[in-house]
Amino acid sequence: MLGRLSWAAIPFNEPLPLISAAVVGLVVLAVMVTVVVKGWLPYLWREWLTSVDHKRIGVMYFTLGLVMLLRGFSDAIMMRTQQAIAVGTAHGYLPPDHYDQIFSAHGAIMIFFVAMPFVIGLMNFVVPLQLGVRDVAFPVLNSVAFWLTASGALLINLSLVIGNFARTGWMGYPPLSELAFSPDVGVDYYLWSLQISGIGTLLGGINIVTTILKLRAPGMTYFRMPVFCWTALASSLLIVAAFPILTATFLMLLLDRYLGFHFFTSDAGGSQMMYVNLFWAWGHPEVYILILPAFGVFSEVFATFSGKSLFGYRSMVLATLAICILSFMVWLHHFFTMGAGADVNAFFGIMSTVIAVPTGVKVFNWLFTMFRGRVVYRTAMLFAVGFVVTFVIGGMTGVLLAVPPVDFVLHNSVFLVAHFHNVIIGGVVFGALAGYNYWFPKVFGFTLDERFGKASFWCWLVGFYLAFTPLYVLGLKGMTRRLEHISNPGWQPLLLVAEAGAVVIMCGILCQIAQLYVSIRTREQHLDLTGDPWNGRTLEWATTSPPPPYNFAVLPQVETLDAFWDMKQRGTARPAPAPAYEAIEVPRNSPVGIVIAFFASIAGFTLIWHIWWLAIIALLGAAITLFVFGWLDDREREISAAEMAETERARSGRRQFA
Amino acid sequence: MRYRALLILLFGALALCGCNEGVLDPQGPIAAAELELLMNSVAIMLVVVVPVIIATLGFAWWYRASNPRAVRSLDLAYEGRIEFVTWSIPALIVILLGGVSWISSHQLDPRAPLAGTAPPLRVDVVALDWKWLFIYPDEGIATVNQLVVPAATPVQFRLTSATVMNSFFVPQLGSQIYTMSGMETHLHLLADNPGEYPGISANFSGDGFADMRFTVKAVPPGDFTAWVKQVSGTAVALDATAYAALAKPSEGVPPTAYSAVKPKLFERILNQSAARIDNAAAGAAWCPPAF
Repeated sequence: MLGRLSWAAIPFNEPLPLISAAVVGLVVLAVMVTVVVKGWLPYLWREWLTSVDHKRIGVMYFTLGLVMLLRGFSDAIMMRTQQAIAVGTAHGYLPPDHYDQIFSAHGAIMIFFVAMPFVIGLMNFVVPLQLGVRDVAFPVLNSVAFWLTASGALLINLSLVIGNFARTGWMGYPPLSELAFSPDVGVDYYLWSLQISGIGTLLGGINIVTTILKLRAPGMTYFRMPVFCWTALASSLLIVAAFPILTATFLMLLLDRYLGFHFFTSDAGGSQMMYVNLFWAWGHPEVYILILPAFGVFSEVFATFSGKSLFGYRSMVLATLAICILSFMVWLHHFFTMGAGADVNAFFGIMSTVIAVPTGVKVFNWLFTMFRGRVVYRTAMLFAVGFVVTFVIGGMTGVLLAVPPVDFVLHNSVFLVAHFHNVIIGGVVFGALAGYNYWFPKVFGFTLDERFGKASFWCWLVGFYLAFTPLYVLGLKGMTRRLEHISNPGWQPLLLVAEAGAVVIMCGILCQIAQLYVSIRTREQHLDLTGDPWNGRTLEWATTSPPPPYNFAVLPQVETLDAFWDMKQRGTARPAPAPAYEAIEVPRNSPVGIVIAFFASIAGFTLIWHIWWLAIIALLGAAITLFVFGWLDDREREISAAEMAETERARSGRRQFA
Repeated sequence: MRYRALLILLFGALALCGCNEGVLDPQGPIAAAELELLMNSVAIMLVVVVPVIIATLGFAWWYRASNPRAVRSLDLAYEGRIEFVTWSIPALIVILLGGVSWISSHQLDPRAPLAGTAPPLRVDVVALDWKWLFIYPDEGIATVNQLVVPAATPVQFRLTSATVMNSFFVPQLGSQIYTMSGMETHLHLLADNPGEYPGISANFSGDGFADMRFTVKAVPPGDFTAWVKQVSGTAVALDATAYAALAKPSEGVPPTAYSAVKPKLFERILNQSAARIDNAAAGAAWCPPAF
C-alpha cells in the first residue's frame, strides 16, 4: 500500500536534520496559518499562485531562489564547520552518511534551485519589458514551468524529513548512484526532483526563446535589443539544447534503478563513462546558462551607472553568441583524468581556453564602458565592479584548470571547488544580486535601502575571499574535496579562515534580509514615482513602477539601441496627455500550473517510495489537467480602451517626470 | 625579464605562506613538470590579469561621478582601435596557452612511458571499498594502502576498480587518474628520492572515502629487493578467499602485505566487473521475474 514508506523513513535517531526540519516546518506552518487567518488566501491565489503575468512569475522564481539560498547556505556553513573542526584525529559533529548528504544537497540546491530560479526569474521579469511587449509568448506554460521548478524544490526539501538525500555528490556519478551502491531513496529524491524541475526549466527556456524571437516592440530589430535580452536568448537556447540531455541521462539512470537496465551499471556492459560524458554535455552549457544572463545584468548596470551606452555593443553580442556555441565543445575538461589520449585532452583543453577570448572581450568592454563615464555607486554598481575583479581571478584559475596536465594535479581538489565558487559566487550570485538591487524599484515601486545593500555587498565580497582563498591554497597542498574529516592537522588554520569567510557571507545574507525589511518599512520615503529611478536606457524604465499588468498602455516605437534613452533625448519619453488607447486581450489567470505541479509532486514522491497506485493516479491527474486546459476556449479577457484609460489616469496621477 | 620577476614573486609568495607540501613540493619528474607548467601558465595570464584588475579599480575610482577632474565623453560607445585591442589581447594569450596546452598534454600524457635508467616496475592498482590494493605482478606479491617502490625507477601502473569510481593520486608524484570498474587506465610515475609520500583517492566514493589514503614509500633499489623477498617469505597469501574478504567494505585499513598473489588477479577483477551478469538486476525496484 505505501511501498517502501514506513515510520523508519523518519530519522528519529538523527536530531540535527529533524530539528532543522521541525524549524522549517514550523515556519512554513506559521506562514500558512497567518495567510489563512488574515484572509490573504484568496488574494494570494488570485494575484500570485494562479497568475500568468510574467512579472509575478519572475518575482516568484526569484523568491524561490532566495528561500532556497537560505537552505543551501545552511548546508554550506555546516560543511565548513565540519571541515574546520574534524581535523587530525577529531571526527567533528557530522557522521559520513550525513555529511555526504549535505554536500550533495548543497550542490544540487545551489545550482538547480538557487542559481537557476535567480536567472530565470530575472529573465522572466525583465525580458518582455525590455522588448517593449505586454507578455511572454506562452503565459500559461510559463506558470507551469515555474510551478514544476517549485515542485522539485519541495521534493528535495522533503528528503530532509522523510527518508534521506543522495550521498553521491551533486553529479550523481554511477556506479555509486546505482542500486548496488545506493539502495536507499536518496538518489531517487535527487533524480525525481531534478527531473521534474528540469522539465519546468525546459518549458521556461522554450518560452523565453519564442518570446525574444517572435515578440518585440515595433521597430525593435535584433540589433536594437538590449544586451540582457541577447544573453537571455543565448541562455535560453542553451536550456533548450542542453536540458533534454540531462533529462535523458537521468531517465537512463532511473531505468537502471527501477527496471534493472544496465546503461551505467558497473556490470553487464554498462558504461559509467557514458554518464559522465552525458552529464557534462549538459553540465558545461549549464554553467553558461547561469553566467550569460549575469553578464547581461552587468552590461545593463555598467551602462546605466556610467551614464553611457554599453561600449562595443556588437562585440558583446558576438561574444555572447560565441560563448553560446563554444560551451558545447568543452565538456571533456571536467574529466581530463579519465584516461583519454593526449590528442583528445589537448583538443578540449584548447577549446576551453578559447572561451576566454569572448569572455575577455566582455571584460574589456565593461571596462571601457566606465572609461570617461560618470560612475555612480549604487549597490548594483558595487556588485558589478566587485564582479569584474573577482571574475577575472576565477577566469584565470579556470583557464589554468583547462591545461590538461595542470588539471591532473588539481582535479577534484579544493582548488577546483574554489575556482567554481569564484565564478559562480563572483559571477552568477553577484549578477543576481546586482539585478535584484537594480530592478527591485521597477518590480515594487520603491528602491532598496542603500546602506544595508552596500553592507551586504562588502560582506559578500570580503566573505568570498576569506572563504575561498584558503581553499585555493589547500588545493595546491593536495587537499581533495568532499572529505568528511581531514587527517592533516596542518591544514586546520586555513580551514578556520574559510569558516570565518562563510560567517562573513552569512552576515551579507543577513544584511540583505535587513535591507528588504528596512526598505519595506520605509518605502514611503523612497518611492519610485518616475518609473526611472536610475536614469535608465532601456524600455523597462519607460513604464511606471510597478508596471501595469499589460506593461505598456501604448506599445513603444523603437528607433535605436538604448530606445528609452533615445526617447528621453528626443523628448518623446513622456506619453501624450491622452493617447489613443486600444482594447487589448490579456490572458486570464490559470490554476493549471499549480495543479499540475501538485500532481507532479505527488507523482515524484510516490515514485520515490514505490507507491505505484498513487503514482499512476497522480500522473493521470496531471494529464487530465492538461487536457482540460487544452480544450478550454475562454483563456483571455479583454481590457477595454476605457478601462485602460482609467487605470492609466490613476497611475499617472502619482507619476512624476524628471 | 618581467616574466622572470613574476615567477620569482609567485614562488616567493608561496614559500612565505609555508606552502611546501602536496602539489607544491614535487618529488618526481612528472610532478615537477606539472608544477612548472602551472606556474608558467599563471605567469602568462597574470600579464593580462593584473593590468585588468588595476585598470578596473582605476577606472572605477577615477571616473566616479564626484571627481571634478575626470574627462568625460558620455557618447563614447565604439572605437575601432580599442575593439581591435580587446579582441587581440585575449586571443594572443589563448594562442600562447593553447600551444602550451597542446605540447604539455603530449609530453605529460599519463600513458607515455618514462625514460629511466632502470627497467620499469609494474604495479597493478585496484580501488576497493575503501582501500587501495597494489599488486606487483612480476614479484607475485601485493600490498594494501602502502605502495613500496624503488626510488629513481619508473613505475608503470595499470589501474581499475572493483567498486565505484575512484581516482588514484599521489600529489607529490604528479598526475592522478580515474579507476573505473571494468576498465583499465594507465599511468607512469617516478619518485626521484627515497621518502614517504601521501596518496589519496581524489574522487568521492562513499562513506569511507575520507580514510581512503595510502602511503608511497620510495626506497633505495637494494632495499626494495630485500623488501620483496621479505614479503614473499612471510606475508599471508592473497588467494580467492583472502581477496573476497579484502573486497568487503572496510575503513581505515592499516598497511598490509600479501604474498603468493593468485595469478592474473588484476585481469580477473577487470573481467569480472565487465561481464558480471549474475544477480545484476536483483535489486531493481520493479523487475519482471526471469527475462
